[in-house]
Amino acid sequence: MTTTLPRAQLPAPVRTPPPRSRSQRVSRWQIYLPLGLYLLFTLVPFYWMLVFAFRPRGSDSLLPWPITFDNFATVWTGMGFGVFFQNSLLVGVASLISTTVIALSGGYALARYAFRGRQLFLVAMLCTQFIPGAMMLIPLFEIFRTLGLVNSLWALVIAETVFQLPLSLILISGFIRNIPVELEQAAWVDGCSRLRGFFAVVLPMLRPALIAVGSFAFIHSWNNFLFALMFVSEQEKFTLPVGLAFTIGEFSVDFGALAAGGVVAAVPVVLVFAVIQRYLVQGMSAGAVKG
Amino acid sequence: MLGFLVYPMASVLYYSLQHYNVSKPWEDGFAGLANFQALLDDPLFWQSLGFSAKWVLVEVTLQLLFGLALALIVNETFVGRGLSRALVFSPWAVSGVLTTGIWILLYNPTTGVFRYLADLGIGSYDTAPLADPNTVFTAAVVAELWRGVPFFAILLLADLQTINNDLYEAAAVDGASRIRRFVHITLPHLKDAIILSTLLRAVWEFNNVDLLYTLTGGGPAHQTTTLPLYVAAKAVQSHDFGYGSALTTVAFLILTFFSIAYLRLSKFGART
Repeated sequence: MTTTLPRAQLPAPVRTPPPRSRSQRVSRWQIYLPLGLYLLFTLVPFYWMLVFAFRPRGSDSLLPWPITFDNFATVWTGMGFGVFFQNSLLVGVASLISTTVIALSGGYALARYAFRGRQLFLVAMLCTQFIPGAMMLIPLFEIFRTLGLVNSLWALVIAETVFQLPLSLILISGFIRNIPVELEQAAWVDGCSRLRGFFAVVLPMLRPALIAVGSFAFIHSWNNFLFALMFVSEQEKFTLPVGLAFTIGEFSVDFGALAAGGVVAAVPVVLVFAVIQRYLVQGMSAGAVKG
Repeated sequence: MLGFLVYPMASVLYYSLQHYNVSKPWEDGFAGLANFQALLDDPLFWQSLGFSAKWVLVEVTLQLLFGLALALIVNETFVGRGLSRALVFSPWAVSGVLTTGIWILLYNPTTGVFRYLADLGIGSYDTAPLADPNTVFTAAVVAELWRGVPFFAILLLADLQTINNDLYEAAAVDGASRIRRFVHITLPHLKDAIILSTLLRAVWEFNNVDLLYTLTGGGPAHQTTTLPLYVAAKAVQSHDFGYGSALTTVAFLILTFFSIAYLRLSKFGART
């Protein structure tokens, strides 16, 4: 069924424009020179971290040679980064799932049903973007204390989901609106229920949007520092950013450990990001920017 | 069908209600206006407000300029474009705390770039940007730029790709120069995206806590304390929830007012 769908309805993939005539083209050095400089600015910090993480203690070399994993052993077992990693992973994946599922069902309703206050709702969603996380700390803390969720990782999942939802909803409903309703109607005529039609027709076409929303949610909650710092105080429940911040607190002691902890925190998100960045640009082309 | 409509809306409403209620906790704590009066006389409040404004203005302007330039560059066709995109965008995925960790390494007088530059005879061995009140602002700005520019680059690139290439072809045939094409085609097309992204970014930068909190801790001597940092300090360190909430309220009002004024003045969404 999915193979017969018209591909034209999907947002245009990242495409290479047709070659332009010579007069129009930007000359090579106008691209490579600024790009090279900017790459230097981007990559030197990453490289610095890698060097300090992998080179042996006491070395002064700017090459990570001979490579050693001592620093990683120190942070992973000695400083508890193994546990922090698990916590971050749990929060990240749980936020990803809850955000995606709620945004999917809510986004579908917003896109497909006309109901009173829909426009208002969308505007309100956009407005929530102006409400700062830091400003929510006190009230959220009160709520979680009432619910008995202070010191629980679920508090982080809930807070993350709440903050990720508005943008995710807007993005997904924008995407669904781009899918012609006739496709779904055709499925209903063929005897599909609304739900089955959704799974068979809409869901497969939402791949770029789901990837964008899901990875947003994952990266955000993986990186969130403030909530994790404020809502969790037991060391076994720290997430990576909090653990890292404490390493920074004692940074005069061990730069190798700081760098190794940084690598542990960076690798998953940078990998995820490298895989999804194409979809991210695509997803935003089609959805969020248009509001 | 009803279930499918009601359930998601209910769950969404549940969360948004939750969101909503917690945004005005000051309604149940009653101290009258005393907190707000104290706030007007608080020099640290004014100082942190001033620093917030400066921080947002500098960050957003620089991020927009670099981000736009970067988006235009990686929108061109050239060898290695995919890889360059992935690389220059990658700091976006990194957390504020990690950014701090990396830049602390880079800025530190014994482990940082300045020491190796000094080995080469450039600069001096005791350059310590984070300890010096004259350079701490620039140092923090550069670190935040590293992480913030990709955001603009990604958003603007996404919008650049929706421009119909025929427009450029036609303009080129009519003899429009590259600069004129940029001013008359690219910029108007990007206008809404620029307005929206600068606004979102301004709010985010205003609320930026993790980087400054860990990089400078608001110091030296409260020089880099933003309003949210001050709120966090008040609420968490001195447990003054009432005063912290008053600060929050004021900050929220300022942000809302700023956002509305900005959208109005920039005629967001208006078609030219």
